[in-house]
Amino acid sequence: MGIFDYFRQPRQKSASVAKERLQIIVARERAARSGPDYLPAMQQELLQVIRKYVQVDDEAVQMNVDREGDCEVLELNITLPDDQD
Amino acid sequence: MARIVVITSGKGGVGKTTTSAAIATGLAQRGHKTVVIDFDVGLRNLDLIMGCERRVVYDFVNVINGDANLKQALIRDKRVDNLYILPASQTRDKDALSQDGVERVLNELSGDFDFIVCDSPAGIERGALMAAYFADEAIVVTNPEVSSVRDSDRILGILASKTRKVEQGGEPIEGKLLLTRYSAERAERGEMLSIEDVGEILAIELLGVIPESQAVLNASNAGQPVVLDEESDAGQAYQDAVDRFLGEERPLRFVDVPKKGFFGRLFKG
Repeated sequence: MGIFDYFRQPRQKSASVAKERLQIIVARERAARSGPDYLPAMQQELLQVIRKYVQVDDEAVQMNVDREGDCEVLELNITLPDDQD
Repeated sequence: MARIVVITSGKGGVGKTTTSAAIATGLAQRGHKTVVIDFDVGLRNLDLIMGCERRVVYDFVNVINGDANLKQALIRDKRVDNLYILPASQTRDKDALSQDGVERVLNELSGDFDFIVCDSPAGIERGALMAAYFADEAIVVTNPEVSSVRDSDRILGILASKTRKVEQGGEPIEGKLLLTRYSAERAERGEMLSIEDVGEILAIELLGVIPESQAVLNASNAGQPVVLDEESDAGQAYQDAVDRFLGEERPLRFVDVPKKGFFGRLFKG
């Protein structure tokens, strides 16, 4: 670091932005491909069922398969919209 | 039985063919009988990098189709003993690489060679899948840049699931990382993903780091695998990578910024 750098505004380096973005997208893509093959179809069908009752957007249903020892756990997260009574 | 090694990356232009030429040449220099195969059907380029483009008579697809035998199609390198090249076809027929055909050719080569290096095309289409399918080991070539790292992770997923080894109930292939076009200066300034960053994201063994170097373009201009340029940083880094591939320990070189003097540090912009 040179002497003139001390007077500059510190800002986030581009490499750390790249790293953060990569960590998020890579984790997401790994989760998607490590799950069972039926997961995307099941997610779509669940979305349709939920929409019979509540209007939610495409991102509202999140599914995740985790392994805990010998047990596989299917985690299902449904985010309801804020303006529900 | 030969060890089959695929050089792959997902993304194009990161240095797969340069790496295939360098690793194959390095293995042959160490006395291992090696053949390097261009799987990029339609876009043949390994022949140019190896400097044997005018000696191509028959190609990989000719051999698969039985139009030529291996002996006719293999090109013997004139610089390095034990090194042979099997060029890609320029056909536009995407289905030219049949799984049976590729298997037959690899089986035939396997009896005769110590190493079969498969230069994968970019993407995740048939050529890339075929290059990876029969592999025992993989070298994943990655640039310190977001799209390359992401594509490498995709390829690691394919290596873990879509290979003959896995389908036969064997262990999935764990790719080894070769980081290319690395600039220690830019990484230190925080402008480029560092070796540690990429290693942390992909979480695979590091085979080597090849610095961004003028020697690579010079080598491809001349049709000389860069590993033969033993004066150059990239050539030496590839030699180290070949040694590590063969199980030797080599410290990483060309990954530190040269230390500047007092005035250099004071006035660095």
